[in-house]
Amino acid sequence: MSKFQVDKNGYYGQFGGAYIPELLYPNVKELEDNYLDIINSEAFQKEYLYLLKQYVGRPTPLYYAPNLSDKYGAHIYLKREDLNHTGAHKVNNTIGQILIAKHLGKKRIIAETGAGQHGVATATVCALMNLECIVFMGEVDIKRQAPNVARMKMLGAKVVAATSGSKTLKDATNEAIRDWIQHPEETYYLIGSVVGPHPYPDMVARLQAIISEEIKWQLKEQTGKENPDTIIACVGGGSNAAGAFYHYMDDEEVDLVAVEAAGLGIDSGESAATSQLGEVGVIHGSKTILMQDEYGQIIEPYSISAGLDYPGVGPLHAHLFDTKRGTFLNATDQEALDAAFELTKLEGIIPALESSHALAVLGKMDLSKDQVVVVNLSGRGDKDLETYINELEKREARNHE
Amino acid sequence: MSKLNQLFKEKPNRLCSVYFTSGYPKLNDTATVVKNLEAAGVDFLEVGFPYSDPMADGPTIQESSSVALKNGVNLDIIFDQLAAIKEQINIPLVGMGYLNQMLRYGTEKFCEKCISVGIETLILPDMPMIEYETIYKDLFAKYGLTNVFLITPQTSEERIKKIDEMTNAFIYVVASSSITGAKGTISEEQIAYFNRIKSYNLKSTLIAGFGISSKETFNTVCSHVNGAIIGSAFVKHVGTNGVDTIDAFVKNIIN
Repeated sequence: MSKFQVDKNGYYGQFGGAYIPELLYPNVKELEDNYLDIINSEAFQKEYLYLLKQYVGRPTPLYYAPNLSDKYGAHIYLKREDLNHTGAHKVNNTIGQILIAKHLGKKRIIAETGAGQHGVATATVCALMNLECIVFMGEVDIKRQAPNVARMKMLGAKVVAATSGSKTLKDATNEAIRDWIQHPEETYYLIGSVVGPHPYPDMVARLQAIISEEIKWQLKEQTGKENPDTIIACVGGGSNAAGAFYHYMDDEEVDLVAVEAAGLGIDSGESAATSQLGEVGVIHGSKTILMQDEYGQIIEPYSISAGLDYPGVGPLHAHLFDTKRGTFLNATDQEALDAAFELTKLEGIIPALESSHALAVLGKMDLSKDQVVVVNLSGRGDKDLETYINELEKREARNHE
Repeated sequence: MSKLNQLFKEKPNRLCSVYFTSGYPKLNDTATVVKNLEAAGVDFLEVGFPYSDPMADGPTIQESSSVALKNGVNLDIIFDQLAAIKEQINIPLVGMGYLNQMLRYGTEKFCEKCISVGIETLILPDMPMIEYETIYKDLFAKYGLTNVFLITPQTSEERIKKIDEMTNAFIYVVASSSITGAKGTISEEQIAYFNRIKSYNLKSTLIAGFGISSKETFNTVCSHVNGAIIGSAFVKHVGTNGVDTIDAFVKNIIN
């Protein structure tokens, strides 16, 4: 068995597990006992793949970016998850989990969201399946991701503001967990990243693995080889990276590059670069690496990108970091903004701020002209337009000085 | 025998425990809260270690933890506060926090500190049973610490019996499927649940918590299990009225 897959107890090396109050034990156990049988069943696979193709719009293209390639002196491909229905990779997971929820007979779906992409993807599949949907979102994120909040509401979801702590993703997750505790039997908690208690990290990784599965055959079709030299993906919780890395984890010649948000800088006190700043600990039900003080209190993260603004990483990523299978880099807010403007200008693609972090490390890497690099473009930038407009105004003001 | 087990032997019923958040409402209130609760007739105390992300706590306790952390409380301060009054108190102390606090502080150091200040029992609601069995059971035993597991209306009979076997302190009977402080009455359904648990003839003392907020709920619960823990209602009370009115609050419930 692969040393990068979860073991029978739900661990990736020392990370993972299910650190949950007894109040959640029956729900998590029910999922653990059933998720593999459901996912592996013919009926699930048929419906999942049908919906991914006809509803989501998969396969997403693997686009050779000629201008970006020229600029950085390597063969750069973009895996266009931004072209999925709802605008990001998140929908791969929500399509899968909503089918699992239906199979388990759940009627009420709860979710947490940071940037809003997972909330929109959850609200979308709930509308599709006619299920009640409640999305918890930090008060701060509600303000900075207004278009996605409007989308969720239009899709019929109830958006509940998390007003504790930093009022961002971490706190939305706490609120979702509390709701789950209060409504254990009828509720399915649709987690949006490779985080949370086992089996969530493994389940979400499996549902996102469609990304690397497609990269393999698409790259072979275009280059004759299915393995690139390097895959780059941004990491908050880490679901798009888990999906992009999944089928390459045992191909150790492929460099897996995970990019975290450095915020205002690693040592600025305003950062979300967990692997650099974190220590081993337990957050939201799993043992992983997280940003915490000497007493185990979780440190509020910061990133311009709401989707990366999380104090931990999924246990799979903690394991990739710990075993040095993954290369963990980071990009600041400004570097991500620069990368977003660069991609837009060079290739005519406006990326999500999250994906811009992945793009931002191209300039920090020692690339060679024969190197084949795949950047997972996890989402599109529509939701970040307000941030981009502010940046654009700043740039225009600077140009007029 | 631990102070707690001695207590259970001497007083098997109508046990009243109170949860308080250390360092709340003011950083240096901890000692006064402990002393006042003991003087008011509470049987044992749950010493809350404030945590930034308390998964199983409701809004009242979460908010009190947040205030306590803003007050500057931390585990070292709590241990120092308890050490300073150790000789003045006799009441058994149960520590309640989250696993990450113990892991980060250093498990051995944490156990050592707890015992040294009179905490002989721990409630770490996110500790998996399998980890307790394989990692912490022996370690806790080495320091003379006992561990408390929670059960809920959804916990299976098989699991409850296993918990009973592993328990050397008491079983925390979560009175309803809810976070702390969410409800104010005890329903017929909850009574049926208490009676179901009693029908298993468990060896452990059963203490109910979550939603016990008044004389009425305390009395109802105590007629079905051995005792009850008052949490959110107490935290709300001291947050609003300060630490000088603790005696009246407790007596109003237990007398």
